[in-house]
Amino acid sequence: MKMKRAFLSVIFVLATVLAGCEPLMVLDPKGPQAERQAHDIMLSIGLMSIIVIVVFALLAFMLIKYRASKQSKDYEPPHIEGNIIVEAICVGIPILIVIFLSIVSVKSNYIVEAKPEGYGDKEPLVVYASSSNWKWHFSYPEENIETVNYLYIPTDRPLEFRLYSYGPITSFWIPQLGGQKYAMSDMITTLHLAADSPGEFMGRNANFSGKGFAENTFEVTAMPQAKFDEWVDEVKETAKPLTEEKFDELLEPGHLGRSTYTGTHLKFLPPPEGHHHGSGNSDEHSEDEHAEHQQSSESHKGSEHHSH
Amino acid sequence: MEFFERFAIPHPSPAIYASMVAIALTMVAIVAGLTYFKKWGYLWREWLTTVDHKRIGIMYLISALLMLFRGGADAIMLRAQLAVPENKLLDAQHYNEIFTTHGIVMILFMAMPFIIALMNFVVPLQIGARDVAFPRLNALSFWLFFMGAMLLNISFVVGGSPDAGWTSYFPLAGTEFSESVGSNYYMIAIQIAGIGTLMTGVNFLTTILRMRAPGMTLMKMPMFTWSVLVTNVIIVFAFPVLTVLLAMGTFDRLFATHFFTTTNGGMDMLWANLFWVWGHPEVYILILPAFGVYSEVISTFARRNLYGYKSMVASMVLISLLSFLVWTHHFFTMGQGALTNSIFSITTMAIAVPTGVKIFNWLLTLWKGKIEITTPMLYSLLFIPLFTIGGVTGVMLGMSAADYQYHNTMFLVAHFHMVIIPGVVFAMLAGLTYWWPKMFGFMLNERIGKWTAWIIGISTLVAFMPMFFSGLDGQARRMYTYSESTGYGPLNMISFIGAVGLAVGFVLIAYNVYYSVRYSPRNISADPWDARSLEWATHSPVPEYNFAIVPQVDSSEAFWDAKKKGHELFKGEYEKIHMPNNSGVPFLMSCIFFVWGFSLVFSMWIPAIAATIGILACMAHRSFEKDHGRYISVEEVEETESKLRGAS
Repeated sequence: MKMKRAFLSVIFVLATVLAGCEPLMVLDPKGPQAERQAHDIMLSIGLMSIIVIVVFALLAFMLIKYRASKQSKDYEPPHIEGNIIVEAICVGIPILIVIFLSIVSVKSNYIVEAKPEGYGDKEPLVVYASSSNWKWHFSYPEENIETVNYLYIPTDRPLEFRLYSYGPITSFWIPQLGGQKYAMSDMITTLHLAADSPGEFMGRNANFSGKGFAENTFEVTAMPQAKFDEWVDEVKETAKPLTEEKFDELLEPGHLGRSTYTGTHLKFLPPPEGHHHGSGNSDEHSEDEHAEHQQSSESHKGSEHHSH
Repeated sequence: MEFFERFAIPHPSPAIYASMVAIALTMVAIVAGLTYFKKWGYLWREWLTTVDHKRIGIMYLISALLMLFRGGADAIMLRAQLAVPENKLLDAQHYNEIFTTHGIVMILFMAMPFIIALMNFVVPLQIGARDVAFPRLNALSFWLFFMGAMLLNISFVVGGSPDAGWTSYFPLAGTEFSESVGSNYYMIAIQIAGIGTLMTGVNFLTTILRMRAPGMTLMKMPMFTWSVLVTNVIIVFAFPVLTVLLAMGTFDRLFATHFFTTTNGGMDMLWANLFWVWGHPEVYILILPAFGVYSEVISTFARRNLYGYKSMVASMVLISLLSFLVWTHHFFTMGQGALTNSIFSITTMAIAVPTGVKIFNWLLTLWKGKIEITTPMLYSLLFIPLFTIGGVTGVMLGMSAADYQYHNTMFLVAHFHMVIIPGVVFAMLAGLTYWWPKMFGFMLNERIGKWTAWIIGISTLVAFMPMFFSGLDGQARRMYTYSESTGYGPLNMISFIGAVGLAVGFVLIAYNVYYSVRYSPRNISADPWDARSLEWATHSPVPEYNFAIVPQVDSSEAFWDAKKKGHELFKGEYEKIHMPNNSGVPFLMSCIFFVWGFSLVFSMWIPAIAATIGILACMAHRSFEKDHGRYISVEEVEETESKLRGAS
């Protein structure tokens, strides 16, 4: 029983230490996708705790009851082959739990892979987010502006990120708005997010990409649409245009601070989109994604102009 | 001079120079010691040329323990660097090299040889065989593994270590983004060791299918042997994928092909897919033999037969099938879309069912038992709760939508350490302690052993539980530093304390070996644990031929039946015993493989071609060699038996 107590006390100490802290980022969602994921996480933690408790309790029971020191010296344990009912329970209950979690999981998959619900017929804001060692470039094609290492987004409107990379595989992640997705050099991936309240969030590359990986972060600021429009206008008035030479300079490996440009690099350096990409129709896009990707390896090769 | 520049470390530090000196001094000490004690002949005759599965097992064991300390030293450095925010102990490049080698060493050069060590030593004994099916191939397996491990280990003093993670994802690991020879080492060292493992797979599959004692049908095999059988089926199916993958990676790096590059039609996703088509079954290659060890240990010390033998076997077979159907869960975030992710999410969570069956069967084995808590049993009892925590978090990770938030974070790191350490490492330590008297004829000290088990068990929790929380708080894995404002500091400090605890535990293991060699009594019986399977029916230490008379088997616990029900194991008279001859060729061939690998790493083509010819020459020699083995005469057997009977 020493063992049980030691385990439980460690876990409780940890839990109390943590309860006093700020809420954990992933469990403090600020958008519908992150909320769905936090809900799934809490649900599975709850269910899994029950399993952990059952196993711990069974183990404790066996150890208390059947210790050699608790039994007479001449006790001979019986030969037990197994019992079909007991084993059916041991298989049946986990199967039920897995079926339940599978249903939740499949539903959530279709939710996080689609345009977030609850914003009426608002068109999503499309942002091309591309990474290069070790920076993020955000291109706003409709607004025709581009930023480096920071992202301004409107609240209460679906966001559609199209991700790709000038280099190693990276992963675009804003924990409080939703989970991550890879950005790769040979294919565009799409991540659907939305922010419900204004605020500043941490964004980063979550996938190891070499020396500068730890600092490969960006700042996200969510603001109401009106303010966002103001910011776009301001950028258009004050920022310099993004030239091809300038963009090549930006792609050089290293860390850069924030910067802002008018125009995007999409015009002179098109992203690796296949024939099926780039229509701007996000709903179809996500549903057909798996089918598209099979073809995309063939179809996008021509678009890769840049080489290191 | 230009020729030698390539061997320089691209990014040196005092620690690396210190290790160079330490390695040089150790080698001088070994050579001097062998010469002074006149042990060169002994080393060559008894170890380097041996084809005896027991000795090969012990050599695997020693290598695994050495690599455990190498990988452990890496781990301590990693945790020390992260213990406080903005630490300056390591820079990014060193941190990247260290976590890369930590992963490779722990999985491929510690866990793998450890399970193969136990497999080698125990399986032929458990099935009543005199050796494995292909003893000389077995020696070649070991030496290839050993040379692969050594090749990777010299990387940090010659030319630079790999630094793209143990998964070595392209294009990061390609020449575009990793110019040093580090990733060449990765491709070639693992290739050499992997070929050895593949041969082990073929060898043990044949051994178990063809060489069981009379009466031992498949469903009367001890559970450890069953687990090894299933494992080797997985090895035979999974390792060829690794071979092909590494060959493609080598071609990309050395010969400028474009399998995985960012340009000219390369596809980085192909690496990730193929890597995990091998990588996920690899996880089960590690865990299934561990499950086998727990089955033996728990049944022995609950003094009861294993509950649900048939469902244990069925669950392992099911796990082995499912292990090939889940690889995509390592990159749910690659953009496959909702349908693909849903399928792999379900297959992933389905693995929890057969695994759960095993946990419940172990618990039910304790039921109505007479539980005696020895060191191996303590590891097994610590395994059940800790592994359950690791396992249920695996189910959580299997929910693909939620995985977008866990992926690449410390939550994942916590999960796989909570699975691999209680699952594999505890099992190996349990197995080591359990079979130690059979290997060496004396027992490890129980008092030190139990202390060690407690320290390692609690430290595992302290080291890895905080990572679940820091992961959910947004700490990505493989970050060499973080700022104070993130608030990750305290959690990482707790992890560091746990890591130190683990280090203390592993030092205690070494101390226990030293202590027991000196003080442990040598007059133990051949069956010190009152165990149930055949390996305990022969002497400790085991004679070369394992069993003087081939045992007769009628249940999965033949030795227990012999002790309790009067079953007669050894019927008949001594006969002359056919044994294989020793051979130096596997060792020599593996040395040539080392030269071959080293030459390829540095693109030195002439020695590489010469070594290739040498390897082919060794194979040709074997094809034309006429070696029919030798016989141990009846008199010799009688003499050995009477001597050993006196000893035990």
